[in-house]
Amino acid sequence: MIELRGVTVELGGRPVVDRVDAVVADGEWLALIGPNGAGKTTLLRAIARLVPFAGQILLGGRPVADLSRGELARLVAVVPQEPSTPPWMTVAEYVLLGRTPHLGPLAREGARDRDAAARSLARLDLLPFADRRLGTLSGGEKQRVVVARALAQEARIVLLDEPTAALDIGHQQQALELLDGLREESGLTLVAAMHDLTLAAQYADRMLLLDAGRVVADGSPGDVLTEAAIAQHYGAAIDVVLVGDRLAVVPRRQARGNT
Amino acid sequence: MTVAAEHASEVRARGLSPLWACSAVAFLVLSLAVGVLAGPVDLGVGAVLESAAARLQLPGFSTSLSETEEAILWEIRVPRVVLAALVGAMLALAGATYQGVFRNPLADPYLLGVAAGAGLGATIAIAYLPDGLRGQRMLPVAAFVGGAVAVMLTYAVGRSARRERDAATLVLAGVTVSAFFTAWQTFVQQQNSETLQEVYSWILGNIPSTGWSDVILILPYVAVATVVILALRRVVDVLNLGDDEAASLGVDVRRVRLVLIVAATLGTAAAVAVTGLIGFVGIIVPHTIRLLTGVGYRALLPLSVVIGAGFLVLADVVARTAIAPGEIPLGVVTAFFGAPFFALVLRTTRGGSS
Repeated sequence: MIELRGVTVELGGRPVVDRVDAVVADGEWLALIGPNGAGKTTLLRAIARLVPFAGQILLGGRPVADLSRGELARLVAVVPQEPSTPPWMTVAEYVLLGRTPHLGPLAREGARDRDAAARSLARLDLLPFADRRLGTLSGGEKQRVVVARALAQEARIVLLDEPTAALDIGHQQQALELLDGLREESGLTLVAAMHDLTLAAQYADRMLLLDAGRVVADGSPGDVLTEAAIAQHYGAAIDVVLVGDRLAVVPRRQARGNT
Repeated sequence: MTVAAEHASEVRARGLSPLWACSAVAFLVLSLAVGVLAGPVDLGVGAVLESAAARLQLPGFSTSLSETEEAILWEIRVPRVVLAALVGAMLALAGATYQGVFRNPLADPYLLGVAAGAGLGATIAIAYLPDGLRGQRMLPVAAFVGGAVAVMLTYAVGRSARRERDAATLVLAGVTVSAFFTAWQTFVQQQNSETLQEVYSWILGNIPSTGWSDVILILPYVAVATVVILALRRVVDVLNLGDDEAASLGVDVRRVRLVLIVAATLGTAAAVAVTGLIGFVGIIVPHTIRLLTGVGYRALLPLSVVIGAGFLVLADVVARTAIAPGEIPLGVVTAFFGAPFFALVLRTTRGGSS
C-alpha cells in the first residue's frame, strides 16, 4: 500500500506538487493524469525518493525517508519516460542490472539473479533477444526490455512515467495488456503517469487528476473523466463515450470563430 | 518457468571473454619483454632469463651477465619497465573510470584538476626549492600535494554549488579550479623563466630511471586504487545509466561516485607525481578497447589496466630508444603514435559495436 500524506515538492521555490493526499491499494492500477506540467512525473519521482519532498510517503506503513536506497529499490521499481539504454549493452546485461538492489556493492550476479532475469525475459518473450545489443532494438522492443529490467528487480510497486509515449497504437495496447497481465499474475501495484486518457480509462482502476500540483479529482474513470473536468483542467473540448464497457475520450473540434 | 530455468545459464553479462583476456595478457607480456630487452646495452634473451632464474633461486641456474649488466638489468631497466606499467595501468583505469562515472567519453584522468594542481606543485618545487632539497626528491611530493589539493578544492566548489550537485557540476568545478591553478602555475613560471625548460619537460612527462624508489613510492596508491575500482566495476555500469536510474536501482550514487573519484584521483596524482603529465593514455586505451570489443565497464576496467600497462611500456621503449642517447618526452610519443592508431581504430570499427 502506498500512502501519500500532504506530499509537497518545491522546484525553484514553486510548489510543483502541492499537498497531495492519496492511498493506493496493493494490486491496484492508478493512473496519474493531468495536463503538461501538472506534476505527474514529479509525484512519481517523489515516491521513488528521487526528489526531496515535504509531507509523508509510506510504503506498507514505512516512511520512504527511513529506507535505505537498497531497501527502497527492493520495494519500488521505476520505468522512466526516457530510460537510458546504452547501445553497446546486451539485453541480458541490461535486465541483470535490475538485480542491483539484491546485490551488495561488491557482489556479482549469482544463479538466483540469472534465474530472475531469465524469468523476466521469458515473461516478456525476450529470451531470443538476450544477446542482442540495445542499439539494435526498435522502440517497442526497447520498452519491453525496460519493463523486463523493472520486473527482474522483483519490487511489488512499479512506477511508470508515460509508458506508452514512444509507441504506436498497436504497441501501446500490447504494452498495457502486458502490464495488466503482470499485475494480475504477480499482484503488482502500478502507478502510471499517462497522457492518453482513453487508454488510461481502459486499463486503470482509478485515476488521480492533477492540475498545478493539486489533486482535483480522484476516483474511478467514470467519476474523473467528465467533459466539464477535462474542459476546465486541460482546456480541451471532448466527448466521453462508452465503447463496450469502457470509457473513451474523443476530441471534438469546434467550429472556427464560434467562441 | 521451466523454459526460463533452462535459459538461466545463458542469461549472463559478458565478463572478460577468455579470448580478449588472453590477448590482453599476451600483449602485456610481450610489451614487458620488449621493455626489458630493448636498450643501448644488448643483454640477450637467454642471459636475461638465466639471470631471472638465478634471482628466483631456481636450482641449477646462474647468471652469465657481468656485474654491470646485472645492475643495468635489475636496477635500471626492470624498475623502469615496472614503473611504466604501473603508471600506464593507472592512467588507463582512471580514464575509463572517469568516463563511466561522468558519462562523458571525453573525460580523462585530469578532468578534476589533478594536472593543473600537480603542475603548480612541480613548478613551485623547481622554481623555489634549493637544489639540496630537490636532491631529496621533493618534486614528486610537491606535485602529489598540488594535485590532491586541486581535486579537493574542485570537490568543495562542486559541493558548495547551490544548483543540483550532479556530475556535470563537478566537471564545471574542475574546469574552474584547473583554470585557476594553471594561471598561478604560469605566473610562477614567468617569474622564474630559467625554470622554463625543466618545467616544460616535466609537463610532457617521462618515466625516470630512478631504480626502485619511485616504484615503491607509487605502488601503494596504484594498488589500492586498482583494487577499489575493480571491486566496484559492476556499479560503474549502473552509474552509466545516469544518477536517477542508478538511484532507483538502489545505488547510493553520491557515495559510490565519491569513492570511485577519490580512488582514481589518488592513483593518478601518485602516477603524475613521478612521471609528469602523460597525456592521451587515459582516453585512447579505454576507447580502443571499447571499440574493438564492445564490452561494458565490468570488462572494460580490468582490460584497461592490462592494456594501459602494456601500451605505456611500449611507448617508453620508443621514447628512450628512438633518438638514443637522447629521450623523447613520453607525452609526445603517446600522442604521436596513439593518435594515428586511434584514427585507424575509428576507421575500421563499425558503429554497431561501439
